[in-house]
This record gives sequence, structure tokens and C-alpha cells, in this order.
Amino acid sequence: MEKKPTQEITKLQELTYELTVGQAMSPEVITVSPQNTMAQFREVLRANRISGTPVVEDGKMVGVVSIEDLIKALAAGELNTAVGDKMCRRVETLYADEPLVGAVDKFARFEFGRFPVVDREGHLVGIITQGDIMHTLLRRLEVDYRAEEIHRYRASHIFEDIVADEAALVFGYRIIGRDFDRAGEASGNLKTTLSRLGFNPRVIRRVAVATYEAEMNVVIYTDGGEIVAEVRPDRIRIEALDNGPGIPDIDLAMQPGYSTAPEWVREMGFGAGMGLANIKACSDQMKLESTIGVGTRLEIVIHVG
Amino acid sequence: MKLREIVAAAGLTVRTVPRQLDAEVTGGYASDLLSCVLAKAQKGTLWVTLQAHPNIVAVASLLDLAGIVITEGRDLDPGTVEKANEQGVCIMTTEHATFTVVAKLAELGVPGVD
Repeated sequence: MEKKPTQEITKLQELTYELTVGQAMSPEVITVSPQNTMAQFREVLRANRISGTPVVEDGKMVGVVSIEDLIKALAAGELNTAVGDKMCRRVETLYADEPLVGAVDKFARFEFGRFPVVDREGHLVGIITQGDIMHTLLRRLEVDYRAEEIHRYRASHIFEDIVADEAALVFGYRIIGRDFDRAGEASGNLKTTLSRLGFNPRVIRRVAVATYEAEMNVVIYTDGGEIVAEVRPDRIRIEALDNGPGIPDIDLAMQPGYSTAPEWVREMGFGAGMGLANIKACSDQMKLESTIGVGTRLEIVIHVG
Repeated sequence: MKLREIVAAAGLTVRTVPRQLDAEVTGGYASDLLSCVLAKAQKGTLWVTLQAHPNIVAVASLLDLAGIVITEGRDLDPGTVEKANEQGVCIMTTEHATFTVVAKLAELGVPGVD
């Protein structure tokens, strides 16, 4: 065994925790009833090119029957026996909402070719094979790989072509106060720019949420201001500046749920007192400075990778 | 589950140019507070809300949501649909209340985003 797992293996393992059984399973399940004969079961297998099915009676799953059971029945000349007499009653199932890693474990522990997938109420919602898992993982890897390729191509080109000991791209966005029609444009444009630069979607999400909250504070409480983003390969620094009324008590303002927003702003779903808390949750460093009657300066740093 | 299947099963009315209906819905989230949506909703989440003003479009677009379902037959503010079409956000409406819509989504197997 190699000491250091390759990146692909780590990525695959990560994906098995990220994806759910429901995302990988096949939702169309072919079933037979315990009253069907093994001969009928054989036809079901042949017509659908499958090697086993769950056995369902009155909407409830009562067992699983496979090609192995069929071969045994054939050998014993019992093709007219009911499926209910030949099926395996001990059924191992998976939950649709459990991580895919649970399915990988089960395939390793049991020698079954497929597992029925049930919801938390026990209803049969799908079926999963090892092939389904491979297919889902490969498809997802392909998507991630393509995204990663674009990221490498674009981002590395921009920063590598610059000859400097340190390089940063600086983007500035003007924010118009009380203009709810254009609110969100600054953070939207910054998000688009970072996507084009190929930053990781998780980093972009943090930047987008923090910047949007900062932008809305400027829109709601001031006549206007600006957002400046300084983008480096390893970190993104965002400043939100305004000449508004200032925050009298920063510690109080930072408390989740505390808000001074007027009623009509709250009715729009803003001003819930969660903005600064959200910004904090999204950033690695956050600094808020404010002087009454002069303005407010918010600085946040988000590390990349 | 594809947005198209949810629209059909839940009887939603699509109000935007129907371009994003093949989007995969990965979960559901219901709130009328935008900060809560920003904190919780993920890429692919279907957002159920009473809010109908254009600012919901920016939130959905920033988070790459699968779409927005506006409940209780609320009239959309002028500009909301226009903005949504511009930014590629799918907006759907329904006469039902938020609870009813959420219950239907749960029945369809859309997991909640916590």
C-alpha cells in the first residue's frame, strides 16, 4: 500500500460522502410478486436484461429473488414453484438519503449484486447496483475534472503571465443607496468574474454571500458606497465602504437577530439581523470599523483552497 | 429529480422563459428571510417563498438555485420576471400556501436543506 493516497482516490472517497444513494440509484424498479412462478420470473429477467428483482406484496417488500435462485430452481426442475418459496427473505436495503459510502460498504460486506433502496417509511423507491455507483462517480468526476481544467487554464494563465513577486487583481463596484432595483448587481458581477477566473465554487459561494450581505447593508442604510475586491491566487479580500450614518454599537450589531432596519425593508425579507453574522460565517477574517456620521468600513478576507 | 417533473407533479405555473426546467433539484428550502436563504440554500436548491420582489432573483442567481416557487398566488412585482429571464433564474407560482407546497415537495422525495 502506498502511504499517500493518490488524489483521484481521495476525490472518489470524498464523492461517496457527498453523493447520496438516491442520486445514484435507478428509480425504476422492476418487481415480481411472491405468487409469480419462477418461470414467470425467468421471463421478467430475460425481457429486462436484469439479474434479480425485489419481491413485492401489497406495496411492501417481502424479499429478493435473483438469477442464482432461478438456476437452483432450474436444476431441481421447480420452475413452476412460486417465487415466494424460492426468494431470499433476509433483505438488506439502503436508504435513499444516506451517503453513497453506505452502499459501497454494503457491497463490500455482502455478496449481493443489487440492493433495494427504500425511503425512511420503508417504501421501495429504487434499486442500486455497483454499476450504478461507478456510473454516477465517473460522471461526477468528469464534470469536476472539466471544471478543474478550466480553473487551471484560466486562473494560472492570468496570474502566471504577470511578472511580479506578488500579483493581485482589483475590481471596484459602485453601490447606489436605497436603490433596490439594482441591489445585488455588485455581488452578482463579482461572482461572475470569479467564476470566469475559475475559482472553486465553494469559495465563490462564500464570497457571493458575504458580498451580497455587505452590499445590502450599504443599499439599505446609506446613500451609497463601493465594494472593492482584491483577488489573489490564494486569498480574496473584500472591502465595503460607505459614507452612511455609521453603526453606534458594533458588538450589538454583530449579534444575530439584532436589526435597526425599518419595517418596509423587513417586509421584503431583509433586515433580519443576520447579515453581519452571515458575513462572519463566510469569511476567514472580518474587520468592521464605523464612525457615527462619517461612515463604515468592512473588510473581510477569504482564503482560497 | 428534474425541475420539470416537480413542476408537473406539484402543479406549478412557470412564469419565466422555460429554459432551466432540466435543472436537477438537489433539495428544498423555505423561508421569507433572504439572509436565511443566503446562509442555507445550496446550488440546486428549490426555494419556496412568499417574497415576489426582484431582489429574490439576485439571491437565487448568486446561489445558483434550481428555482423559486412563489406561494399564495402573490402578484409578481413588475421587473421580477424580466430580471429572472435576464439572469436565467426559473420562477414558478402557485395558489397554494408555503406549507402545502413543501409537503408536496417532501412527498416527491425532495430532501430538505438544513
